[in-house]
This record gives sequence, C-alpha cells and structure tokens, in this order.
Amino acid sequence: MEQAGYAFVDILIVLAKVIVVIGINLLMVMILTLGERRIAGFIQDRYGPNRVGPQGMLQPVADGVKFFFKEEVIPSKAEKVIYVLAPALVLGPALLTFAVIPFGGPLSVVGKEIQLQIAELNVGILYIFALLSLSVYGLVLGGWASNSKYPLMGGLRSAAQMVSYEISMGLAVIGIIMITGSLRLSDVVMHQNELLFGFLPHWNIFLQPLGFIIFIVAAYAETNRVPFDLPEAEPELVGGYHTEYSSMKFASFMMGEYIALITSSALMTTLYFGGWDFPYVDESSLGIWGVLLSIIAFAVKTGFFLFLYLWVRWTLPRFRYDQLMGLGWKVMIPLALFNIIITGVVMSLL
Amino acid sequence: MVTIFFFIFAVTALVSAVLMITYKNPVYSALFLILTFFSLAGMYFLLEAQFIAIVQIIVYAGAIMVLFLFVMMLLNLRQETRLPIGRPFQVALGSIFALILLIQLFFIVKVGLTVSKFGAFPPEKINKIGSVQVIGGELFTNYLFPFEAASILLLVGIIGAIILGRKKLPNEM
Amino acid sequence: MGVKNVTHKSRWIERFYIPAILSGLKITLKHMFQKKYTVQYPEEKWPVPPGHRGAIRLNKDEEGRVKCVACEMCATACPAKCISMEAGVAPWDDREKYPVWFKIDMLRCILCGMCEEACPEDAIQLTEIYDFSTYTRADLIWEKERLLKNYDITVDGKYFDRSREETGL
Repeated sequence: MEQAGYAFVDILIVLAKVIVVIGINLLMVMILTLGERRIAGFIQDRYGPNRVGPQGMLQPVADGVKFFFKEEVIPSKAEKVIYVLAPALVLGPALLTFAVIPFGGPLSVVGKEIQLQIAELNVGILYIFALLSLSVYGLVLGGWASNSKYPLMGGLRSAAQMVSYEISMGLAVIGIIMITGSLRLSDVVMHQNELLFGFLPHWNIFLQPLGFIIFIVAAYAETNRVPFDLPEAEPELVGGYHTEYSSMKFASFMMGEYIALITSSALMTTLYFGGWDFPYVDESSLGIWGVLLSIIAFAVKTGFFLFLYLWVRWTLPRFRYDQLMGLGWKVMIPLALFNIIITGVVMSLL
Repeated sequence: MVTIFFFIFAVTALVSAVLMITYKNPVYSALFLILTFFSLAGMYFLLEAQFIAIVQIIVYAGAIMVLFLFVMMLLNLRQETRLPIGRPFQVALGSIFALILLIQLFFIVKVGLTVSKFGAFPPEKINKIGSVQVIGGELFTNYLFPFEAASILLLVGIIGAIILGRKKLPNEM
Repeated sequence: MGVKNVTHKSRWIERFYIPAILSGLKITLKHMFQKKYTVQYPEEKWPVPPGHRGAIRLNKDEEGRVKCVACEMCATACPAKCISMEAGVAPWDDREKYPVWFKIDMLRCILCGMCEEACPEDAIQLTEIYDFSTYTRADLIWEKERLLKNYDITVDGKYFDRSREETGL
C-alpha cells in the first residue's frame, strides 16, 4: 500500500494499459455485435447485415448512433434509482474483470520491465470470481426495478442460474489452482509455458480436460448465452430482464454481456490454453517480437473462444429451466468434485 | 494514504449500515448492506488481507445477498409492512441489551483491545508467502478440528435442506 | 386407451451429450461455407416464373408504333376501373383509332390480367416486373410513355439483368 515509491512513469504506464484494454474491449464489443449477426447469417445460409460500409463493417457504428438517439423510456412505475443504476452494475464489473488477465509476455522497454496485465493481484482468480458473482446484481435489480412481470422473471432466473453455476465453475478452477499452486494468473500462464512429455504444450487442457468441460459449460451459463440463455429467453419472457430498457441503458446491458463474453473467453485461454503462450517457441528469447507473438497468440486463442460462443449460439437449442438446474446441481457439481479428487490422487501419486 | 482510505471506507460502512436499518424498502436495505460489505472488504484490503477481502465479497455480497434479494423479489416486498412495536417489556429488554452492548463496545475501545499488535503473521511475512497459503496452512494444521466441525455443520445444513426440499415418497403422503 | 408410451433408451455414449453437440457444431460449420440462398435484391433480382402477373405494359408493333387501337375493351373489363384513355384518329393508314393518351392507375390496379384477356389486339400485357414501388403516389399513375417503356425493358426477357438506371424503377 506504500505508494510513495510510485514514479510518475509507472502511473502513466498503468493508465496507458487501462486505456488500451478498455478501448480494445469496447472495440471487440462492436466487432462482436456485427460478428454475431454475420455468423448467424452464414450458419443459416444467409449473408447477414452487409450494407453499411464495406461488408457491413460500419453496422455497429450505425447501431450505436441509433441507440444514442432513441428515446429514453423509464416506466412510470419503475423504481427509478435502481432502474438507472442497474445497467451500470452490469457494465462496471464486466469491465473490471479484465484487469487481472495477462494478455502478453513481459515487455522490457529501456531497462524497465512492463507486465502486460493491468493489476498483478496475488488472489487474481478469486478476484475474477468476486466480480463474476457481482455481475448478477445488475440483471436481478434491473429485472426487479422495471416493475414488470417478464423482467422480474428474467431477473429471478438469472439469479438462480448464476448462483448455481458459480459453484461448479469455482470447483472446476480448483483443479488448476492445485496444479499451479498459485492464485496469480501470471503464475498460471508461466506454469503452462513449457512442454509436456517433451512434445505437447504444457497447457492445462491436457491435464484438466474434465475441468475444462465443466468450466466452459459453467461459463456459458454465467454469461447467459445459448444454450443457457433463460434469463432473456425471448419466446417466453419477451426480452427477459431488459424488456423495459431502451436507448443507451439497453445498450449498456448489451455491452456488459458482450464484455463478459470477452472476459470469459480470455479466462478460458488463460486458465486452460496457456494464455499468451505460443507453443514450441520461447518468447523471452525473441525480445520485442516475442512479446508481439505472445499478444497475437493470446488474441487468436481468445478470438477462437469468442467465435465458439457465437457458433454454439446458432447451433444448440435452449435448455428447459428444470434441465438447466438439474444439469447444474446434479451433474456439474458432482463432476467438478470428482475432478478435484482425481487431480488430488494423481498429484499425490506423482 | 492508508488513513484517508480507512476513513472513506469507515464512513461508508457506518452510513450505509445506518441507512440499511432505516430504509423502508427492503431491497434498498439489502443494497446498503452490500455496500457495507464492500467497505468492509476495502478495510481488509488496507490490512493486507486480500484473501479475506475477496472472500468477503464472494461469499457475502456475491452469494448470500443474491439469495436474500432473490427471496425478497419472490415475496415482492415492495413496501415495508410496518410491524407494531412490541409490548413494553420487549422494548425494555431490547433497550437493556442495547445498553449492555454499547457499554461493552465502550470498554473495548477504552481498554484498547483493538490496538493492533503484530502476531505471528505480520503483513510482510504474509505477502512473502501469500495470504491464501498462510490461511490454508493454519486451517489444515492448527485449526483442523474447528475447520472440520464447521464442515460437518454445513453438511448437516445441506442434508436438512435436501430433506425439506425433496419430493414426498408415496407412502408418506 | 389410445395412448402409447414411447420411451427412448439412450446408449451410454449418448448420455455424455458432447458427441451430439460436436456433430451439431459440425453441421453448422458446414453451412457457414455453403452457397448462400440470399438474393442481394437491388443488385440481383429474383426471376419470377413465367406467367407471372406483374406490372402492365403496352405492346408495340414491328414498326415501333403502339399496338393499341383504343377500343376500350380493357377499360371495360377492368374490375378496378383503373384504365382510362382518349381515342383519337390514328395518324397511320392501317387502323382508324389510336390512344391519344393512355393512363393506368397502378394504385388501383389489382394485377388480375383481365385487360390482357379482353384485348383483341394483344396490345396490353402483364409483365414480370414486380418491384415498381415509388416515393410518391403520383409516380404510380402511369402514362403511355411509361407503359411503352415497360415493353422495351421486358420484351427480350432480360428485365432482371437490367440496371435500375435502365429500367427507371
């Protein structure tokens, strides 16, 4: 906590990192809104929106402008303060989560080592879980404050769903923590930076395949994506928790959701696919090119998981609510516990 | 720096705690309680206890309060239902307990039990090992029995919940 | 009574669901690279089947004159009463009358094809033009020139290959 030793340059570097990360996150949101619709089109043998700008590239800009100029409707019987607060409560935690994810190898500029990670927290993984558990508030309060039945149903569903799947997600990650022996995400990445048996990259996916499956299922449930998008299931709930929202408040909900997608994809990359590690290459020996390579590796892996999100969305149907809860409590949690036991047994044998 | 933050967190915690009790709408009360938890977590951060701070947020703000809100919304407690203040002897009993609590608090502050003393784990040592390792080590060695006892208590709670919530068997109907 | 209970006994591998999800993902991935069925409308137009009753044209004869002899059979047959014309003495020797002006109110036209049936000279016909929406109502009251132009752009059967500028629609 002693901040006096903090030089001006250090603060500047942190500021730059924050700006870059938030900027890229928001840019990715734009790309994702377009990507979602284009990929939906391609999967359904259509083209998707391709009129605004070359190949529809400017569609997100048009959407943004539309959101800005839309009338802002606040239902007269809504709980005003919470109604206005809820979109911020979705967007805030979503933006903060990315702070602990390392997105590239250590960069050294003029004798100064810069970690490509905003905050090096020694409880990094727990920090992510804390923010994940907070992200439910925005949805629940938004649903409640609208004072309307469909949003309330959506809010209640999201609360139940996210609390349930948080458990199996946490238990799945415990396997990783056991292997790594640290809660620091940079340690998790460094630990995956070698080779396994001399030919496989030492990525946790090869050590924790079951854990990864549990994690990815729980992540889909946590981000309210198909096949677990019950909080906003449009056939039965109109729009779920954001039914009564319009204009930029609605856009904030959307942005929060997409940023959560980006963060969870980055998290999957970091925890199970070696983070910024490019397999078979020692990044630290390549200098600045190694850093660039590591950032590209991270971006490609995260991009793949983002694509997977969209791809799955247009492939799988939605779960029924009791199936969702049954899967969460009766399958995922026992499997996650089983995974921990297996990991423990193997680790004590080796 | 630390002092400034301490006062920010302390004032927030106290104000939101008072507001939590006085607010009429239960949902607002719950939100102020969450704010209190956050300020407490901030204080733990100032004390270099990151693990406790994060766990405070995960467990209290993230899980317990979500369930509280969930129940409140299910019951749709939009307006406070004002309960009549109890019988005179209840009021008297309550006041006496409140007074005792206040006196206790006063003595604790007076005697100076809260003045920090560094025990076996000063911040430097914790930071070197990592707060999670320290807590884990202590829990599974010195405090193994209380830890296991607490686990059994929780297990009993889970089993109780399952028994209450399960479907009735045909012969029990 | 008539109820038949159908149960599906899933094999153990089916109960993992992962193979089923993967095969589903494979199908959607395949579709992503398949030929798209979208018709990119203003540039590409969906060719209607022959016999389609679209916008009306006035036919021309071999010498490029309007075929119509202003007999008003079409106007009589029209159930929507959208055809109007004024007959005048034809400037040509082979017929007596021709339409001085000829007007079809496409706002009222129901594209039934009765005019086509009624015409003794095969002078009025329905075409494959289906996208003739305009910005003003006045633009939908078609004069003789417009109707003759419809003949020019559809007579060779290449209407759907023509650009917007060429068709004026």
